[in-house]
Amino acid sequence: MKSSTIYQEWLDSLPPTEGYLKNEQSIGRKFLLEKGMPSKKDEAWRLSNFSKLNNFLSLPTIIDKEDIKSIFPAKDANRERIIIHPNKNPLNINLPNGIEHLNKREIEDNLGKIVKSTNIKNDISVCLNQASSLELLALKVKRNFNQSLEIVIPSIEGKSISTRILLLIEEGAKLDLLQILTGNNNSAQNHLIEIKLESKVELTHGLISLGEEKDSSSICTLAVEQSEKSKYSLHSIHHGWDYARYEPRIIQREGEASTIIKGLQVTKSKEQIATHSLIRFEGPNGKLDQLQKAVASEYSHCIFNGSIEVPQKAQKTEAAQLSRNLLLSKRARIDTKPELEIVADDVRCTHGATVSQLQDEELFYLLSRGIDNKHANSLLLKGYYDEVISHLPKSAGKWNFIEKLMQDIKK
Amino acid sequence: MISSTSETILSIEDLHASVEDQEILHGVNLVVKEGEIHAIMGRNGSGKSTLSKVIAGHPSYKVLSGSIQFKGIDILELEPEERARIGIFLGFQYPVEIPGVSNLEFLRVATNSRRKELLKSELDTFEFEDLVKERLKIVEMDPAFLERSVNEGFSGGEKKRNEILQMALLEPFISILDETDSGLDIDALRIVASGINRLSQPNSATILITHYQRLLNEITPDFVHIMADGKIIKTGNKELAIDLEKSGYDFIDKNSKEKEMAK
Repeated sequence: MKSSTIYQEWLDSLPPTEGYLKNEQSIGRKFLLEKGMPSKKDEAWRLSNFSKLNNFLSLPTIIDKEDIKSIFPAKDANRERIIIHPNKNPLNINLPNGIEHLNKREIEDNLGKIVKSTNIKNDISVCLNQASSLELLALKVKRNFNQSLEIVIPSIEGKSISTRILLLIEEGAKLDLLQILTGNNNSAQNHLIEIKLESKVELTHGLISLGEEKDSSSICTLAVEQSEKSKYSLHSIHHGWDYARYEPRIIQREGEASTIIKGLQVTKSKEQIATHSLIRFEGPNGKLDQLQKAVASEYSHCIFNGSIEVPQKAQKTEAAQLSRNLLLSKRARIDTKPELEIVADDVRCTHGATVSQLQDEELFYLLSRGIDNKHANSLLLKGYYDEVISHLPKSAGKWNFIEKLMQDIKK
Repeated sequence: MISSTSETILSIEDLHASVEDQEILHGVNLVVKEGEIHAIMGRNGSGKSTLSKVIAGHPSYKVLSGSIQFKGIDILELEPEERARIGIFLGFQYPVEIPGVSNLEFLRVATNSRRKELLKSELDTFEFEDLVKERLKIVEMDPAFLERSVNEGFSGGEKKRNEILQMALLEPFISILDETDSGLDIDALRIVASGINRLSQPNSATILITHYQRLLNEITPDFVHIMADGKIIKTGNKELAIDLEKSGYDFIDKNSKEKEMAK
């Protein structure tokens, strides 16, 4: 079937616009109708595997209540868990002390604004979500509170789901947020989260995105707006998706904030996982430490596009971006592209990219101590992952992501 | 600790080996028995480190001819990890830094690989911690180094102590210590040397590869070999090392010139 037909059929399959997201749904659908499918001509989609994107759009979007059957590891005692079921009103959930639902006005004032301010042309990932999300989880962490939260978004076998979150973190509050996205057989999920950090907020954000099952795909957009003196750290893992596209976008609204992003994407078989990041400084003295790691084996493909924008008003920005990649097979492919747009003259911005294989001398050192080849390779890979995964909360280990990352090692 | 009934641990015969298609070893012969300490000295590029890498089975080095037997077993067919498990230990001249791999975890996995070979029970995390704490004393190493990544950010001296710690945990039958003394100050040298002395057993042997006699003041060798151009050209006792320290390696050039003339 032609891409344009699949696209049209996907749009036609959506239920009529309704509810409090009606306006958003209309905006998304209108855009998609006018722009059509992304193509190789769109720079941001140039390397995307369109047949995999077609699979994404070919799955039915209507979800019955019986569809949701997932078993999860027990939740932590000190971390409330929210499981997002699409099509189900998320108001009826337990919220920890200091976290509340946003009221209608707060939603109207903020929804869509953060992601829109990232100014991405032909923002297809976001419009696909806007067009199809029927419910919204909208929360705020109240001023000066310090809380932890786990948000789980499971995919549904044979279906395509769309989920959306809006999170406001009020001045001086601290949040330790762990987000888990999981795949299922022949499933697709599109997730959009917007987060606003008021001044002096500290947000530690772990994102564990595990495809696991056969033919699962994911499109995930994360838009974060940081006010001055806020600290945001994001550590993410993407693994096991046949097709995944991850777009973290962070705007330091006034500069004077600190951002740490460390991402790991691991592909095998014929998978394709892409990260398109954007960080923009709209004021002086902003700090960024970005590390993107990729490991590609067999016939798989990892993509990283890292944009950093430092306009004239963002003097004394200090930004460092590093893309480190491991190619574990001759047939695997890695594309990595830093894109630094620096207009301000008094800044310190560095970037670098490396593509290598596991180091022979490191391997020999381990072998020479009696450690067998397979175990030595797995120790080295674990060491390679460590820079990213060691920052995730310890309790995240119950999602077995380390075991899953290690499973792929071929002897 | 040498006795007439000592068994041969390592026997190298007419070993020729190359790296990147360049022959480096041109016929090495060496026999090491239980309880013996051998020192191999020689200039840079004489083939000392190559010999140690070939014994340990480094994949970049190719054996062209000759044999290496360990306790009567031909080891040339064995993988490096198999050689390590049966009791061959190479102390690296430049121990490799492995970011992200915990030193403690590395030491435990290595120790258990060796224990399995010796039909001893594998140690769990707690049992291993007890063992490693006891062995740390041998090299006077700060336990904080166990929590760090393998050799990452260690000073030269700390790296060498970590090597000897591995030797203490693996309890090899033969230890080939490649320039363990390089980069050490006097105090660190004493600690490392005393560790090596404490670890030497009647049923094990040590080969020290070194440039300097100062290590041999701390560890008395039974044999001193001088390597040049990929061969052992002279063997003697401790006196040979002392002579060498005094007169340098010039006699090698003299010898080779004489040989040239004789041709």
